[in-house]
Amino acid sequence: MKFRFPKLSTIVFIALFFIAILIDLPKNSKIKPLVIDVSIFGKKIHKEFDTKLGLDLRGGSHLVFEADVSKINSSDRADALESARNIIEQRVNFFGVSEPNVQTSQSGASQRIIVDLPGLENVEEAVRLIGQTAQLTFREEASVSAEIATQSSILARLTKETGLTGEHVKKATVQFDSSGKGGPSVGLNFDKEGAKRFEEITGRNVGKPVAIVIDNQLISAPTVQQKITGGQAVITGQFSVDDAKSLAVAINSGALPVSVKLIEQRTIGPTLGKEAVEKSIIAGVIGLSTVILFMVVYYRRLGIIASIALVVYGLISFAIFRTIPVVLTLPGIAGFILSIGMAVDSNILIFERIKEEQRKGKDFDLSLKLGFGKAIDAIKDANIATLLVAFILFNPFNWDFFPQFGLIRGFALTLSIGVITSLFTGIIITRRLIETFYRSSK
Amino acid sequence: MIYFLKYTKFYFIFSILIIALGSFAILKYGFNYAIDFTGGSVIEYRFKAKDVSINLIKKTLSDRKIKALSIETLDKNTFLIKTTPIDEKQEATVRKNLEGNKSIGKVQSLRFETVGPSLGKETVRKTIIASIVAIFGILIYITITFRKLNYGIAAIIATFHDFFVLIGVYALLSHFLGAEVDSLFITAVLTTMAFSVHDTIVVFDKIREYRRTSALSIEILANKALTETMVRSVNNSLTIILMLIPLVIFGTLTLKFFAAALLIGTITGTYSSPFIATPLLVGLEKLKSK
Repeated sequence: MKFRFPKLSTIVFIALFFIAILIDLPKNSKIKPLVIDVSIFGKKIHKEFDTKLGLDLRGGSHLVFEADVSKINSSDRADALESARNIIEQRVNFFGVSEPNVQTSQSGASQRIIVDLPGLENVEEAVRLIGQTAQLTFREEASVSAEIATQSSILARLTKETGLTGEHVKKATVQFDSSGKGGPSVGLNFDKEGAKRFEEITGRNVGKPVAIVIDNQLISAPTVQQKITGGQAVITGQFSVDDAKSLAVAINSGALPVSVKLIEQRTIGPTLGKEAVEKSIIAGVIGLSTVILFMVVYYRRLGIIASIALVVYGLISFAIFRTIPVVLTLPGIAGFILSIGMAVDSNILIFERIKEEQRKGKDFDLSLKLGFGKAIDAIKDANIATLLVAFILFNPFNWDFFPQFGLIRGFALTLSIGVITSLFTGIIITRRLIETFYRSSK
Repeated sequence: MIYFLKYTKFYFIFSILIIALGSFAILKYGFNYAIDFTGGSVIEYRFKAKDVSINLIKKTLSDRKIKALSIETLDKNTFLIKTTPIDEKQEATVRKNLEGNKSIGKVQSLRFETVGPSLGKETVRKTIIASIVAIFGILIYITITFRKLNYGIAAIIATFHDFFVLIGVYALLSHFLGAEVDSLFITAVLTTMAFSVHDTIVVFDKIREYRRTSALSIEILANKALTETMVRSVNNSLTIILMLIPLVIFGTLTLKFFAAALLIGTITGTYSSPFIATPLLVGLEKLKSK
């Protein structure tokens, strides 16, 4: 055997292979996975390659709220929804979960806000806080006779809006009674305009009650002792600490311009996701090993080459997942595992074609050439249907007449990345491997 | 060369039997629809204590006026509860009430999912649209690829064959093992239909190639093509099957039946190309030449 310089493309492949390995390294290994941290023309580029797990695997909550936009002019609906989204995002940040995701979505006539909260423990509280409209208003007595007043409830008596609302609140904070006796209360710090109005309101209502109303519910109706200046007010009520906290956050983030209703929620605990990942890895490893075993037993040396190509395939796909990054969900992993099975397909197709050509009496080189050429057409044709279905399932343009499920998207995405990558590894890399190892040893 | 087509009758009878059995299951038992489509709640609890009685859980739910649709044990201390739609507050109360029982102790909520009924209806509508578009897409694609009408018709019938086999067998799984029709199942159905075309293309390609160069009868050429592609078809599906089986065995609840559906789809997809699509094509071509 004569020594030949490896072709340039071989070097490129090997480089690609090592880059893929660098990207794929687990985070807690001795050699850390690749981190790109360069600045080009003053622009800083920082990229860490990390596996992004979906909510179903890392645990967390997926909440879908439907916004009631019926009371808003159709021309203002998009704005209202966007501002509701921003407010909800602010509220969500309060929970301190990493990488929350709040997005709007339209489906026919209904407007939705989708909130993803990874690793959240207390869903109940989150749902309450996010869904709270937090429309804070102050009401005073309408100028009717006191006769009715004695007969009806306080809220019915205090019907006149004062024009002072949550919008005039600069900051709301949770306060505790210094004596420690009463429960927590929410302190309000008005802006300039709010302070002026509050002064006027208290000024003209001395000796009368002023109602503090949140989302049309009376929270308290203290009787004004004297005119209050300085722009400070306190809301007391039967609050728990959590209630007070969530009220303060809600007022701070502003009232939602639309009321929202929870229509879907999926909360997965961290344990379930962890078990699912472990089980999927076991399934994947067993599957891969049996496939390799089968290939080697049946196709011998060609099988070994196909197996190498398969491992390269796995490494490259995984590197692509980490680079994009693809959020891996459980069905996404299934798509990946399935694509491994399919990736071998192109190799089998090619090998059988090569064998066929050899049976016809052609020599190896020619058989290789013809086999590859003929197989590629069939491989291309056969995979288009799969890609077509994956396209519809992934729904890349978010068409609202197709389903927009996160889980299925994960499957469609990993499957199509798998199919495309396997065309590359199954055809190009296998060919290079055969040319380098198989022929030289013949 | 093996004369595969000699046994065409048996292939058809076998398929008809499977589809008849499946249709029977669909009509008799119907499907087990997931909350994705019907709306409702699913709760998965893990108890510290083992062997908690299902009746106790049922009672706790009915005390809170929650209607339990089904309660099943996943393993000794993990339970899957399905109810009409409840919210997170109701779920928290149920959990608290369960924990109040001495025999239960600490309750860990592994999963809680609720889908509102209106959303369920919308999902059904969208899924149907997506499926129709996907199916038409596949049909158009087949027609374009094969240009000749008979090839297209044979491939399409084989694709529908796979569709019916899959939903029929799944109805059996649904009834006997509790597999659910959820959005993942629909995904599996569409993927199966795509796969089904995959294998058929390879065989038909071969037949077309032979016909260009040979004047022998279509029957002989088809047998030749089947002989040539059989190993490849079987091996190819075998690798997919080898990957899916561990997933069916080890996969979690959500994944198990998804993988099972894909597995059934792969098997019927592989079967239909040589044993349904090819004999059909031969029949159609013979009819034409008469």
